[in-house]
Amino acid sequence: MSSVEPILQIKDLRTSFFIDRGEVKAVDGVTLDVPKGKTLGVVGESGCGKSVMALSILQLLEEPGKIVGGEILFNNVNLLQKSEKEMRDIRGNNISMIFQEPMTSLNPVYTIGEQISESYRVHQNMGKKDAYQKSLEMLRLVGIPSPEKRLHQYPYELSGGMRQRVMIAMALACRPDLLVADEPTTALDVTIQAQILELIKDLQTKLHMSVIIITHDLGIVAETCDRVAVMYCGNIVEQADAEELFERPRHPYTAGLFNSLPRHDQEKEELEAILGYVPSPIEMPQGCRFSPRCSYAEEICRQQNPDLKTLDNTRAVRCWIYSDGWKGSKEVAYHG
Amino acid sequence: MSDLAHGTQEAQEQAIQGTSNWHLIYKRLKKNKTALIGGYLILIFIIVALIGPLFTVHDPLRVDYSTRLLPPSSDFWLGTDHNGRDIFTRLIHGMSITLYIGFLSVFVGMVIGVPMGILSGYYGKLLDTIIMRIVDVLLAFPGILLAIALVSVLGGSINNVIVAVGIFSIPGFARIVRGTTMAVSKLEYIEAVRALGASDLRIIFLHILPNIVSPIIVQATIRIAIAILIASGLSFLGLGAQPPTPEWGAMLSQGRSYMFDHPYVALFPGLAIVSVVLAFNLFGDGLRDAFDPRTRV
Repeated sequence: MSSVEPILQIKDLRTSFFIDRGEVKAVDGVTLDVPKGKTLGVVGESGCGKSVMALSILQLLEEPGKIVGGEILFNNVNLLQKSEKEMRDIRGNNISMIFQEPMTSLNPVYTIGEQISESYRVHQNMGKKDAYQKSLEMLRLVGIPSPEKRLHQYPYELSGGMRQRVMIAMALACRPDLLVADEPTTALDVTIQAQILELIKDLQTKLHMSVIIITHDLGIVAETCDRVAVMYCGNIVEQADAEELFERPRHPYTAGLFNSLPRHDQEKEELEAILGYVPSPIEMPQGCRFSPRCSYAEEICRQQNPDLKTLDNTRAVRCWIYSDGWKGSKEVAYHG
Repeated sequence: MSDLAHGTQEAQEQAIQGTSNWHLIYKRLKKNKTALIGGYLILIFIIVALIGPLFTVHDPLRVDYSTRLLPPSSDFWLGTDHNGRDIFTRLIHGMSITLYIGFLSVFVGMVIGVPMGILSGYYGKLLDTIIMRIVDVLLAFPGILLAIALVSVLGGSINNVIVAVGIFSIPGFARIVRGTTMAVSKLEYIEAVRALGASDLRIIFLHILPNIVSPIIVQATIRIAIAILIASGLSFLGLGAQPPTPEWGAMLSQGRSYMFDHPYVALFPGLAIVSVVLAFNLFGDGLRDAFDPRTRV
């Protein structure tokens, strides 16, 4: 576990979607900590449950999604026991969220100023004028050029990068303690991506907040995160400090992810891939969910899902290789 | 000081930009000649309804058998009816009744139908099922039959016609609003304000409603034409405005008996109804095109 006191602790969170064909366990027993003032990266491929987990934190899930178990402790208070009204007070005020699509995340009929003001008007009951003044400060803070002009413009007059800055301004207006960024840069081009990440990092230090960045891009993780949680099929398979993880991934899936990255120092005809496919969420394999694709898998892997095992102070891995009963080699191939 | 000056200039700019969307729609509407004709006609009708009665020389209600069934002349522009009343005067006086019924009944339908549609589209599930089944029941009756049934229960009067036609307009509003609400409430910006902690009421009134006004306006304009037609129909059948009220449908009905010898008694009220309905239809179609983002320049 991390040495810093956690601001958010998720314990054995289970979120399912109840559809006609059965229960889809999108998040199945996720446990993780977000250290105060630090950035946690949640990595995983599409459909592994990372966005559902983020929405679960703020309880923004739409039907037929439902949180079926676990605890979400924010400053040691369980959010899952809060009423909808109490949650509304927390959203935007204590915990904020930004989304993937800056192009459609702003209301087309309101000006930028009116939209940022919304946070102040909802949470601080502020008058129109004061809220506008505060919004102007926020626009300055997120580095939008000529903020006085932008304040009175409509979303269609702004580029994608500008809109994401506005989204960040909206989310941070009430100075939340925790920002959940769900793929904040996926829809932006690379140069803008770097700027937005830089901005989030910068604001994090300025406002002393903690950040969860959800992404499928290991580059973003390397650049911005202090800690990393790797998700696969609704489970956390590995959790470690970012540096350590990049130094030496322990879980075969994490290692596979790193091995499949293109490298500038090696000529390769083809990139390495993880064999097989992500299993269908309705028919999860018995045992370890990665076992059908894992080259190390043994009999036990196919029978029983391992627990998330703490290796040392800062790392945890969900893999049989690191159990005492494992006969084979404890080394996972990683050419990084 | 410079800050202050800057501020007021900004405010002016904002005032201009705030109307930019409506400005754009007006520009596109102006290009559409038929819609423009419809719009101007409606404007003329409204002016006539408001001040027309002040300029007529004849009494719309006074019976005078000495002038009975006279053809159009310089004295009686559109002739006189079977009670010797000037048809032109009666048409001018009837204009306000027609528009009053049209606007008010659609307003009634809108005030009930729009909230039904929003609740249905936003909350979904059981509430949606209940509301939509009520709408289905209303839709299952042919419109005019429903109106006839309601008026025969409530009794024939202009206000009861408004209630009947208003109820008849509910399903149209509820359906259209439900659909657009469903589409809008799934959009990212609604999720984003929910993540900011906005309540359902705030989301519905401040974030969804402004985004669905255009289909509501279009629907209302076209509905006014239908409402006027239905109301005239009810009066024609003797269920709406009662004689001697100069309601166009009632006038048409009275003129029916003299169709062959004195066609103008029925012809001119009929033309009046047609022109008003046509004006609203043309304008409504034009509005729909102007609001359609695909035709945006």
